[in-house]
Amino acid sequence: MATTDLRTGSLERHGLSDEQLRDMFRNMLLQRQLDNRGFQLNRQGKVPFALGSEGHEALQAGAAMAFNRGGDILAPYYRDLGLCLGIGLSPFEILLSIFARAEDHNGGRQFPNHYSSKAAGLMSFSSILAAHLPHAVGAAFAIQYRGETGRAVLATCGDGTTSEGEWHESMNFAAVHKLPFVMLVENNEWAISTPLEKQMAQPEIWKRAAGYGMPGRRFNGFDPIETYAAVKEAMDRARAGEGPTLVEGTCYRYLAHSTDDNDLTYRTREAVQERRKDDPVPAFEAVLLEHGIVTPQDVAAMRKDVLHETNEATDAAEALPYPEPTDLYKHVYEGAWEPWQS
Amino acid sequence: MAVVSSANSTVMNNVEAVRATLYEAMKNDERTVILGEDVGARGNVFLITKDFIGEFGERRVIDTPIAEASIVGIAVGMAMEGLRPIAEIQFADFIYPSFNQIVGEAAKIRYRSNGEYTCPLVIRTPYGGGVRGALSHSVSIEALFYHVPGLKIVAPSFPDDVKGLLNAAIDDPDPVLFLEHKKTYRLIKGEVPDGHYTIPLGKANVRKAGTQLTVVSYGLYLHWALEAAQRLQEENLSVEVIDLRSIRPMDKTAILNSVEKTRKLLIVHEDNKFGGIGAEISAMVAEEALFSLDSPIRRLCGPDVPSMGYALPLEEEFMSSPAEMADAMRAMVKF
Repeated sequence: MATTDLRTGSLERHGLSDEQLRDMFRNMLLQRQLDNRGFQLNRQGKVPFALGSEGHEALQAGAAMAFNRGGDILAPYYRDLGLCLGIGLSPFEILLSIFARAEDHNGGRQFPNHYSSKAAGLMSFSSILAAHLPHAVGAAFAIQYRGETGRAVLATCGDGTTSEGEWHESMNFAAVHKLPFVMLVENNEWAISTPLEKQMAQPEIWKRAAGYGMPGRRFNGFDPIETYAAVKEAMDRARAGEGPTLVEGTCYRYLAHSTDDNDLTYRTREAVQERRKDDPVPAFEAVLLEHGIVTPQDVAAMRKDVLHETNEATDAAEALPYPEPTDLYKHVYEGAWEPWQS
Repeated sequence: MAVVSSANSTVMNNVEAVRATLYEAMKNDERTVILGEDVGARGNVFLITKDFIGEFGERRVIDTPIAEASIVGIAVGMAMEGLRPIAEIQFADFIYPSFNQIVGEAAKIRYRSNGEYTCPLVIRTPYGGGVRGALSHSVSIEALFYHVPGLKIVAPSFPDDVKGLLNAAIDDPDPVLFLEHKKTYRLIKGEVPDGHYTIPLGKANVRKAGTQLTVVSYGLYLHWALEAAQRLQEENLSVEVIDLRSIRPMDKTAILNSVEKTRKLLIVHEDNKFGGIGAEISAMVAEEALFSLDSPIRRLCGPDVPSMGYALPLEEEFMSSPAEMADAMRAMVKF
């Protein structure tokens, strides 16, 4: 498969229109702006926690482009801002999560980045890694059981999650039943402070696919078009009833794990700076400019636009109320249930 | 106890009651699927799903790999996506790998999504000892889970309750852990009403009325407590025996009404004493009805050791008996 080369600026579109390419780029800009906003609000003392996806922008913009809204299901993890935006969540919904407002899908209960939206096909998930993967497999089973061809489940995780037992159990079950399931691993090389070499002896995660009896491939997750092509091929296979695929995108985590992490305790600033040379956001911008898909004026307007949209969403969400203290007691069960029945 | 089928009921043991109820659920709702280890061709190790795979097919009676975390986890995903899964953990002792899926996931799906997603899931599992099951086929697990908001836990003892409560669990919009005492599977027979019915979760049942002592129990020990209470009846000592049936939620009214009448409370369960179900019942009665009591609350429970052992003396020492229960009851009545 021919691929875009971000270093030389060559472009292989894989059927993507100019408009789709611009949409992916805009998603990447919006991700970075919203990520940054979370950290700003944290530093301002307005929110207690933020977690960024910087370095995953291209991978997520490309993968989201391969997702069919209204049909597919996304089972993401907590570093998937761009994917969730790309399948239809609005910046306002992201800010509701950041501010933990009552109107948030989770009612302000979950951490930011733990998005959920039944309407968007976005499955609720916790912070416990790989726990969502059996859920994704169960959802894929339900789709297959009802004979709903043309639908598939896209599940994601980081490299760290691939060490969990439920990662294995999910891959195995999906393969046994040839489920419409795609396992997208966003390999950013870090499990908080633990580097790949301490996580696994064989660092090419995609190769594990053979052990499960499913196809696997690796792609450059800094390239949104290559990501799109790889994820689309896997999703199309799944939707056609041909079974699951493991796809691994390589990327990098530029930020600390979260606002509660100091990554300089386990890696050097220089090492991160070195990887910044491959930053997918300016790289993709350069490709689009070189091929005349955007002009410098377009890019400036896009940047202004996503900043404006982020500001509007910030103000709108911030102005809304927290949940009521009494909301703590809602939705434990359907209806009013107490441990003691009278 | 002689039990005979009548015009509107059938005599069954607990295995047959579980099987008949599951069969009805599979017949009535295409969304229902059963998944677990050896539930298909083998028909479950106790033959509860025998022949189901032939009738309902392997898409609905799913032989899973040996992987308990994902048996529950996949059932959670099925439930979130509109199916009505009934997951089986082959023995309660094997439930530990799925602890997070039950406690961290199933019990929190509705809550964490603010009601957008729900998890209508039944997890069935045989528990309990007295069957030479050794360390890993004997445990009681209820206390590990009854701490958890978002879960419901049922532990019926009689076949009619098995059917009514399993139907209620299957209909329930939230996750239910359904505990079946394996020693009672074939030991306990009873009349089971024909046709569909449910028994509400959270309602206890006074299985024997009495005036001098309240005994609260469930599972195998409920049957032994009834046997012991019957012995005391022959000594003209009157013991009331409450079958808890549901462990979460628990029936406060039934317990308090009985304790207000008898003024004495004995809790009997096979699970370990420390932090067990009896501790919560004791605390509740102490908070709500202390001045109605004429004697200290007493708990007759499993000893605080990790498990009963395989060797017969190590099982017998762990397990109580109708005689020991009768002694405890007698002492309390005469207190």
